[in-house]
This record gives sequence, structure tokens and C-alpha cells, in this order.
Amino acid sequence: MTRTRVTQALTLGTAAVLLAACGTGSEGTSSGETDSQDGSTITWWHNSNTDPGKAYYDEVAAQFEADHPGVTVEVSAMQHEDMLTKLDAAFQGGDAPDVYMERGGGELADHVEAGLTKDLTDVAADEIDKLGGSVAGWQVDGKTYALPFSVGVVGFWYNKALFEQAGVTETPTTLEDLLATADTIKQAGIEPISVGAGDKWPAAHYWYYLALRECPQEVLEDAVQTLDFSDECFLRAGEDLQSIVDAQPFNQGFLATSAQTGPTSASGLLATGKVAMEMQGHWEPGVMQGLTEDKQGLGEDLGWFPFPSVDGGEGDQTAALGGGDAWAVSQDAPDVAVEFVQYLLSDEVQQGFAERDMGLPTNPAAGDSVKDPALAGLLEVRDEAPYVQLYFDTAFGQSVGGAMNDEIALLFAGSTTPEAIVEKTQQAADAEG
Amino acid sequence: MTSATRGRTAPVPTASSTPVAGAGRASARPAPGGSRRRGRVRTALEVAMFVGPALALFAVFVVWPVVRAVQFSFYRWKGFGPLVDFVGLGNYVTVLRNDVFQDAFAHNVVIVVLSIVVQLPLGLAIALLLNRKMRGQGALRTIIFVPYVLSEVIAGVVWLQLLQPNYGVVDALLGAVGLSGPEQGWLGTPGLAMYALLGVLTWKYLGLAVLLFLAGLQGVPDELVEAAQLDGASWWQVQRRITVPLLGPTIRTWAFLSMIGSIQQFDMVWILTGGGPANATTTMATFLVTEGTKRYNYGIATAASVILFVVALVAAVAYQALVLRRDVGAADASARRGAV
Repeated sequence: MTRTRVTQALTLGTAAVLLAACGTGSEGTSSGETDSQDGSTITWWHNSNTDPGKAYYDEVAAQFEADHPGVTVEVSAMQHEDMLTKLDAAFQGGDAPDVYMERGGGELADHVEAGLTKDLTDVAADEIDKLGGSVAGWQVDGKTYALPFSVGVVGFWYNKALFEQAGVTETPTTLEDLLATADTIKQAGIEPISVGAGDKWPAAHYWYYLALRECPQEVLEDAVQTLDFSDECFLRAGEDLQSIVDAQPFNQGFLATSAQTGPTSASGLLATGKVAMEMQGHWEPGVMQGLTEDKQGLGEDLGWFPFPSVDGGEGDQTAALGGGDAWAVSQDAPDVAVEFVQYLLSDEVQQGFAERDMGLPTNPAAGDSVKDPALAGLLEVRDEAPYVQLYFDTAFGQSVGGAMNDEIALLFAGSTTPEAIVEKTQQAADAEG
Repeated sequence: MTSATRGRTAPVPTASSTPVAGAGRASARPAPGGSRRRGRVRTALEVAMFVGPALALFAVFVVWPVVRAVQFSFYRWKGFGPLVDFVGLGNYVTVLRNDVFQDAFAHNVVIVVLSIVVQLPLGLAIALLLNRKMRGQGALRTIIFVPYVLSEVIAGVVWLQLLQPNYGVVDALLGAVGLSGPEQGWLGTPGLAMYALLGVLTWKYLGLAVLLFLAGLQGVPDELVEAAQLDGASWWQVQRRITVPLLGPTIRTWAFLSMIGSIQQFDMVWILTGGGPANATTTMATFLVTEGTKRYNYGIATAASVILFVVALVAAVAYQALVLRRDVGAADASARRGAV
């Protein structure tokens, strides 16, 4: 097995120009069985590669081993991007870890279709029941394939000190408010909003949220199922976005700004007090800490408010856009791997997870354990929201989502129209067949 | 596990504990058996033994991936699971009709042409200057050549920081003399990003041109220059009538290297702009990487990679046939003259 993997890794590297993804096709899936013949070892890949998360997960694995004599948990803590690359290679080679992370949506649907992921509907019925609506993003055709352990929502992170300096006393609640606030801040000589449009997805989140405000929930659910974007509300989302872009609230050079790499990224600009706010996911405080020298981020000055409402929108004005991570079990994994995932979502482990601010727990029993005030506020918004819509690019799958994100980024550059966003997305969806 | 068995052939021969076995496998054909012409068989075995490992590596890491890529390009495939959805040439049609890919192709052509048009006169001028005896010659040569030695990724990251709007050094310097950079930054303005990219590429690769031209200048015989000077030719005339024409083969080889590098350009674009803003700097290579690793359309990505391969191959063969042939012909002619 090792040699196969090494060969594949090397082959991938060699083929940099002539990109030749080295999969083993249908033969690959059978090789996975060799892993699971020995049911007493489970491999577990996660992305908490820094403390306290890393140490905590090692502890959790040790505890599980102690409770299940004869079982060994092989833990691999990896940097997030590394993990994604390795997972891709593992799926290509039919050599996936027993327990791994799934982001849900179209990506999960593809994995299910290829027979890579175990159906957990019956074996983990109790846990699914407990998690409630959170699991929706990890269901395909009514069956649950992964259990979400952290689900967050996207909203505006802002710098309280800069808001004060500009004379803004209240956080905006409507789209007009937001643009007016941005204008006030601009008048005070501060750049209002940073957006990492260079990476496309942070820009695309604006369109997603506006679609959430403009489109009724049924329309969105329908779109995820049928990939039909003909409803007028998608067009209105683009027009709303056009109005935001026209108001020019964004940081200088936002078209080339990255999401979170380095101090000149969108998150870096917020963390170093160069802009007043940024719309980002629940991971933002952690990212900002990594981007400042004192590892504090904005510290006490950091605040959060939800995406504003849109007047006349037919969608739910308090619905949230979000997403998260779930534990999935690969098809050929031993049964004890399912037990391990159940353990990972137990009250005890989720509380420990929450206490260390590793994410936003999905198990209701752990909700009170979140210590960070900004995250606790965000958790409240998430739990009060009528529903949390999974990021569209994840929900629709990378192929459709990528085309969508590209076109939305072009709107930020002023080189496309709201109509074209719908059109290009529909084209990519139709190509999916 | 066909790829595993095939993969295994690569590392074994270098172990050399069983040279006969290694050679025997690779040379099944040239040694049909029979010990009468032992010498020839032995030579064949020796050749096979020395060439075998390299050929095996080449087959496994170059030929095999190419073959697989061509195979993938006929399927709609997400990168995992069996190859079942055969679409024939569908992926090629998709790629060729895609306006982003068409733009990417045009961008590659722009990079090829402008790299040569800008770097050739600049490189030639610098090489001619540095070829004269002067103080600090060594230091100047080093300064010109250092960017080429830097890894493309490192150079990219450095320039990314220098070109930041507002906070970057370039804008700060412009600000100091009362000018200001573009509103969206050099890399964020769709109309400027390509030129910013070309500027960085010139900075990075000028050193190679200068180095090659300097080496070529060593091959220009002093007698010719002296003879011309005795006839009263000025420095300028010597350069124009003798040095540059004699530098022809070097220039043509350099242009070939530059062209192939430009067609395959990926690293610098990926670091500086990722192909943006608004697809203004997408190249064929960034297009196919985005399709593959970001969107999981590996079928389309491999189709694009095959197209890129064909484009590079056609360009290389055409250049060989039309331009480099002169050099080969000239070499033949001089060899013949030498024989007489």
C-alpha cells in the first residue's frame, strides 16, 4: 500500500505541467479493504494541528482506547490545506482514513455516489436525533452520512474602537444602514470593509447572503436539489450586490486581496486595525490571532453583528449562512469507527471541544461551555436562526460553486452583470447533467 | 492494482544486487538467446543495465502519467471512483469553447511575445556592456543574475508584498515623489495586472538572457574584432556587424527556452494573482489547475493539459524546423568546410 501511495504522490508531483491525476480507477476501491481487515485499528484524520486542540484530541483518542481494550486509534493531525490535498489523494487511491472530515453538500454527495462514505442513518440514530437540524447539510436523499461537530455562521466582524472613532454608535440592521455606516466610516478617513475578492469565495458570500434574504427557503432547497436557478430572486440578489459594489465600501485593491494569508489579506487588515469591518465565518477570531504579532488579534475591540436584512426581500431576514465540519466514516472502516464518531459527539467530548474554543459545538448539551463572548453571541444567532443555509459553493458542489464564485468575483470587478451570474451558474449546473 | 506493479519496476534496478535479473527484464528483446555471439549479447546487456533504470523511471514518471492523462481526458471524472462516464471528445470541446481558456491562451501568447521583445534588446544591451572591461564587472553580473537563482515562488511572494496597494514599497516610493499607484493596486486592476506580471517576469528572467549572451560572447573570436578595428570599424560597428550576428545561435536557443517557459507559465501567476483579477492573467496552466484541484473537473483539466502539451509540442517542433534548422545547417556547413 505504501508503495502505491508513494508512487502516486511522486507521479502527481512529476506531472505538474501535464496534470495527470494518478488514480487507480475501479481497482482502487478494493485495496481499501486491507485496512479494515484488522478491526482493532482505526485511522483518524483531523485538522486541529495546534494546541490546545491537538492535545485535546490526543487525549480523546487515548480515552477511547482505554474504554475499548484492543482498539488502537491512529491520530493524524494535519494543517487544513494539507489534509484536503491528502484526502483527495486518498480518495483517488481508494485508501481513505477510517474517520475523516466532510464539509457536506455536493462534495459529500459525490463521495456518496462513488461509494466512499458509510451511511450512518441507522447506526447513529440517537446522535442524529440530538443534533437536530444541524445535520441537514450532511444528508443525501434523506440519509445521513456524517455527523457535524462544529457549525458556524457568517456575519460581520468589526473593530469597536474604529466604529467609535467614526462616531458610529449602533451596528447596522438593514442593507441601507450598512451602506450608510460604511459611508460614515469612509468620511472619517477609515476604510470601511475589507473583502478577500482575490480568493473569490469571501466575495461570493455576499451574493449567497443576499440570495438568502431575497429567496424563500423552499426556493433555495429546491435549487440545491434540482440545480434550477430560474427564480427571479437570484437575479435580485445580484442587483443588491451591484448596489453594494457601486457604493465602494471595500478596501483599496480588494480585487487582489486574499482572504486570510498575511497582514495585507482581508482578515489581516481587520486584525491590524486598517479597516473597520469584514464579513467572515466563525473562524475569524482564530485567524486574526495568527495574523498579529502579539497573537491577540483585535482582542477586546472585536465585535460581531449578523448580516443585515434587505427591505422587500421574500426570504427569511434572520436566516443565516454558514457551514461546518462533520465526522464521516469511510465505507470500508471497521464498525468500531462508528462508535468512535459517536464518542466524538458525546456530551463530554463536545463540552471539552467548546471549552477550548475549538469551534461551535452542535450538541446542545455543550452550548453553555463556549467561553469566548463573541463566539457565544454568534452561537446564539445560529441557534435562533430559522435555518442555517450551507455555503452555496459547498452545497452545489465545487464544479457549479466554482463557476458561481468566479462570476460573482467578476461582478466585484465590474466586468459582469447580475444576469450573467445566474446564467453562468445555470450553465455549470446543466453541464453536471 | 496495475499501477502498483508498474510502479514497482522503478526503484528496483538501482539496488543492483541482482544486475542480471534487472538487465534481463529490460533487455528481453535485444538478447534473443544463443551464446554464439556472446560479445554482442554482453554489450546489449551492459547497455540495458545502464540505460534500464533511467528508462524505467522515465516510463513510470513521464510516459505513464501522460498516457493516463490522455485516458482521463475522455471521461467526466471527479478525481475519485471508477472511470465510467465516457464523453469522447466532449471535454476538449468544453475547454476550447470556454472563454476563460481562450483568454488564457491569448495571455500565454502575449507572455511569449512580450518576454522575447522586451528581454532580447535589454539582455543584449546589458550583455554587451558587461562584456567590456570595467570596474565592478563581477558585482554587476551577480546583481543581474541573482533574481534568476531565486525560486520563482519566493520571488513571487516578495513582489506580491512590494506591489501591495497603499502599504507596498512601490506605492510608498511613488507616494514619496507625489505620485500615486492605481486605485485597485498594480495586481488588482484588470488592465494593469498582466503588465505588472510581465515586469516581474522580466526582472526574474533577464539574468538568464544576460548570462547566456555573455557566454555566447566568449565564442566571438577576438581576431575578427581586431581585424575589424584595424580596418577602422567603430565599437558600435563591431557590435552590429560582427558580435550580434555571431551571437545568433545563442539568441535563437535562448528564445526557444523563453518561449517554452512562457507557454507553461504557472508559478508566478499563481502567486501574484492566482489568474485574477477578473481572469486578466489566467494562463493555460492556471486554468487547468483550477479546473482540477479547485473544481474537481479532472476530465476537463486533463483535456486542457493535453491541449497545453500539444500547443507546446507544436511550438517547439515548428521552432526547431523553421528557426533552429539554420543553426544546424550552418554547423554542418562549417564542419564540411573544416574537413576540406
